[in-house]
Amino acid sequence: MRLRRGTTAAVADPARGIELRGVGHVYGDRVVLSDLDLRLSERRIGIVGANGSGKSTLARLLNGLVVPTTGRVCVDGLDTRTHVREVRRRVGFVFQDPDAQIVHPTVAEDVAYGLENQGVPPAERAERVAEVLERYGLADHADHPAHLLSGGQKQLLAIAGVLVMRPARIVFDEPTTLLDLVNTRRVARVIEELEQQVVVVTHDLDLVDGFDRVLVVDGGRVVADGAPDSSVGAYRELMVHR
Amino acid sequence: MTLALYVPRASVVHRLPAGAKLLALAALSVLVFAVPTWPVVCGALATVLLVGLVAARLPAATLLRQARAVLWWLVGLFVLHWLLSDALTGAVTVLRLLALVLAAAVVTATTRVTEMVAVVERILRPLEGLGIRPARIGLVIAMTLRFIPLIAERADRIREAQAARGGSLRGLRALTTAVVPLLVQVLQLAHTVSEALDARGADDVPVRRGPRAA
Repeated sequence: MRLRRGTTAAVADPARGIELRGVGHVYGDRVVLSDLDLRLSERRIGIVGANGSGKSTLARLLNGLVVPTTGRVCVDGLDTRTHVREVRRRVGFVFQDPDAQIVHPTVAEDVAYGLENQGVPPAERAERVAEVLERYGLADHADHPAHLLSGGQKQLLAIAGVLVMRPARIVFDEPTTLLDLVNTRRVARVIEELEQQVVVVTHDLDLVDGFDRVLVVDGGRVVADGAPDSSVGAYRELMVHR
Repeated sequence: MTLALYVPRASVVHRLPAGAKLLALAALSVLVFAVPTWPVVCGALATVLLVGLVAARLPAATLLRQARAVLWWLVGLFVLHWLLSDALTGAVTVLRLLALVLAAAVVTATTRVTEMVAVVERILRPLEGLGIRPARIGLVIAMTLRFIPLIAERADRIREAQAARGGSLRGLRALTTAVVPLLVQVLQLAHTVSEALDARGADDVPVRRGPRAA
């Protein structure tokens, strides 16, 4: 195997899930996250917290978009600092604003983008794009300009663009913030039906209802961690005193 | 604003390779400029209309929209020629440019952006030895087409927000007060887009790629 300079061979172990060991992150003088020790192995995990609490930075650590200032983040045993490409193939990321994630002018072209990057052959690429567009009700829009889609359709397109790459885990950063009630329900249903492990950062407390685990982030630390009922209760309590 | 002009149809023109269509467009440009006579210019215009409306089965509105976009420019050009030379030369010049604008519209309406970009990448491939990455240049072209309408939309939103607070929608002042917030939004967008490109494996781009699907 040929390695890029600075990387080391490592064997992935999916059973290990996502691990954060002594993780801290600083932007300039501002401490965004500190002393995080977590193992994320449940299938559906929610992260809630106030604006500026550090939850989006935490989400970005999980697929190597942000590298921790201190400590280590490992996905399936692969360190995000040294194996960022492998990690990103394993962890898909859906952004809050789909407009920032859609990089090609038309729907099908955009979904195909990640597959081109992975070097998937054209015939298989076309098949997988058609399949994912059909699944999310976008097949009739395949050749439409992406910027003419509705907000909900854009978010579904952003999700389709990630799912087509078949990552084992998907991180969602506030996926319903810009959506109306109907589209919020639609995206919630899509998340619910996913077979992959999902980590959802959200302000929508209904979205994490039924999840396996919910973390509450405040001031860069995890202040509550448990079942949705207890974590959401702790979060509400925390916000009442603000 | 719509820059993505592709109009999906099951036509023989749509199925033609993008390279062949671009070559035909280049040949037509050379022809109407090398032989600027009435029969050639009218023949070129008629051929373009025939190919666009009949062979490619494009809606007339698609071509009309393009013609309307350059209408005043063509009128100005005709008047200028009429004043400086004669009306006949003006008419030939205007019809020649109209034929080319419509031909370009037919090419863009029958060719997906990724197919065009693939041609650009093929043309640039010999430059790989100089460290140039054709795939990156192709991505830049596709992203330009994708983000111009988006940025225009954000500029409209800023102008509306300013108008809602009593600001002017027109004039130099409206322009200058819109530029700074737009710049801030574009920079924020650029940051998130770069993260999204990373998340979708932009760094994994193979040096050589086969023809694009989808």
